[in-house]
Amino acid sequence: MRAALVTHPLDANALLREVGGPGHGATAVFVGTVRSTNDGRDVKAIEYTAYEEMAQREMAGILDEAGQRYSGVILVAEHRLGLLEVGDASIAIAAAHAHRGAALDALRYAIDEIKHRVPVWKRELYADGSQSWVDPTRVMPT
Amino acid sequence: MLITVRFFASYADSLGLDQTQLTLDAGSSVTDVLASVAQMPGAHALHARPLVAVNHVYADPATLLGPGDEVAVIPPVAGG
Repeated sequence: MRAALVTHPLDANALLREVGGPGHGATAVFVGTVRSTNDGRDVKAIEYTAYEEMAQREMAGILDEAGQRYSGVILVAEHRLGLLEVGDASIAIAAAHAHRGAALDALRYAIDEIKHRVPVWKRELYADGSQSWVDPTRVMPT
Repeated sequence: MLITVRFFASYADSLGLDQTQLTLDAGSSVTDVLASVAQMPGAHALHARPLVAVNHVYADPATLLGPGDEVAVIPPVAGG
């Protein structure tokens, strides 16, 4: 298991190679990328920041939890920080296991828990020059 | 005892600082830190019961603090 916060572009293929092995019949990868619209607004870029000491520890803990839930799975996760443009990958996670079910389930567990628990924040920069912090707990008007 | 309090993202913007130090009585808890923070200029923009971590681990408001502890007041996380 390896979890890291990085500032360089993410390379999902490198993560796949890192977890792969002759005993792993299944490898899976999740890549999250900066989207061009959010809440109907045109997003130009997103600035990611973190409470780095805690975020790295929390990510590593989540990967360990996944390893306990899905015995035999190997996971690596990298979260990119800094200013990312539309299409840039902000997170990449790779999972490998003897069988596809555990690889996919562990991957899903890892990305869901990372989104809920790891202290990372994003400030969206919009095409009109404005910006705002993203608050996933905010109730959207209907 | 001296406690370091850290703020991030929207909370740091609202308060105008990312770190401060508080002198609290022995036996103080996270609740006491949040009460002090609530008196700071700009604190109205913080959630009523924000997420808190003590020494890099999520903690509930009743958590007792020790000298030198680092308390982080954490806005809603948005990683991934």
